[in-house]
Amino acid sequence: MRAAIDYLLHLADNALVLGQRNAEWCGHGPILEEDIALSNVSLDLIGQARLLYQLVARLKGGNTSEDKLAYFRDAHQFRNYTLLELPHHGPLSGYAHSSMDYGTTIVRNFLYSALMALLWEALEKSADAELAAIAAKSLKEVRYHLRHSRDWLVRLGDGTDESHARAQAAVDHLFPYTAEFWADSPAEEAAIKAGVGVDLQTLKADWNAIVDAAFAEATLQRPTVAGYVPEGKLGRHSEHLGFLLAEMQSLARAHPNGNW
Amino acid sequence: MTNAVEAAWAALDELADPEIPVISLRDLGILRDVHQGPDGLEVVITPTYSGCPAMGQIEDDVRSTLKKAGISARVVTQLAPAWTTDWMSDAGKEKLRAYGIAPPHRTPAGSNVVRFISKPASAEAVPCPHCGSADTIETSHFGSTACKALYKCRACQEPFDYFKPY
Repeated sequence: MRAAIDYLLHLADNALVLGQRNAEWCGHGPILEEDIALSNVSLDLIGQARLLYQLVARLKGGNTSEDKLAYFRDAHQFRNYTLLELPHHGPLSGYAHSSMDYGTTIVRNFLYSALMALLWEALEKSADAELAAIAAKSLKEVRYHLRHSRDWLVRLGDGTDESHARAQAAVDHLFPYTAEFWADSPAEEAAIKAGVGVDLQTLKADWNAIVDAAFAEATLQRPTVAGYVPEGKLGRHSEHLGFLLAEMQSLARAHPNGNW
Repeated sequence: MTNAVEAAWAALDELADPEIPVISLRDLGILRDVHQGPDGLEVVITPTYSGCPAMGQIEDDVRSTLKKAGISARVVTQLAPAWTTDWMSDAGKEKLRAYGIAPPHRTPAGSNVVRFISKPASAEAVPCPHCGSADTIETSHFGSTACKALYKCRACQEPFDYFKPY
């Protein structure tokens, strides 16, 4: 049994885009240990993306390769959650300018890791043996990412007035984007039907339990979410993905087939 | 075991990990198997962390070691079952300790995500590889490589790496 390419790309693009985002902290971390931590998390995420892209490349055949999939597709061909492509700060208006905010980074990593810890665990039982093998590896890594981001969520939320206010602002900004987790895309529906994918509805109660327990410990308020549902996994992205891809892809596109 | 298989094991037996050169790939559990495949000898390795930057180097090292020993074999990377630090040999763990890296505890059995808490009440102490004291604290979840965390010993004040259970 084989997972459809769109489903695998959704999982791969999630990992790559967040891996690239978090890598922006490399050399700029708030403290040395966190600089190293975020780089390590990125390394895991990009490693997971590589395994999935390699699988897609084998399925597609021809001259498709992991590099082609990562560097030579445009924003509308990416299937990642919109949440993962957003910059490391809240919304801006007019000509406002902002630097990166670690609270935003931590909240996003926490919300995503909590989902993926459950999803990879469920995908270990996928009918696609190769996807199940990747899930088993990724699960070990994401559990650790969850521990890291949860610890920092509590430290920031239950910290000083300033750290609490920034963590809460990040939660208020990012939480609505999690609505996308629970709206099945056609690729997900097909994967569920084929037994290779997982119905996220079955994970929702557990995700809520992880989030609510952590928020309570971090003294953060969970916002109510209603209305807009992002559609990044359908290829309809925010304006931020294009900039992220431009930075990530420019070298490979300037020197196609280059080796280094 | 056929002679070719034995010869390959012998050639690779002492091949060291590129990042932690005191321990062999075999002791780490990265070198999984040597067998006769349909197209000749196959050497099976498994990646540690998905993004471990040493994996490419490891594959190259295995290939060149085999070549030097005059053995022709294919290097196969296999993901399942996923690598775990539980596969590390006792000899390997002792070598890590002597090198100043605290070896990994066994991975917790059947850990469930929802009941997952950041600091289990009964967390096992990580003994200091320098003085042996159990009075140590984690200073950072992540260390110099993907597979390690940073600890500090409160008895001898030395910082040290802990090889994380994976």
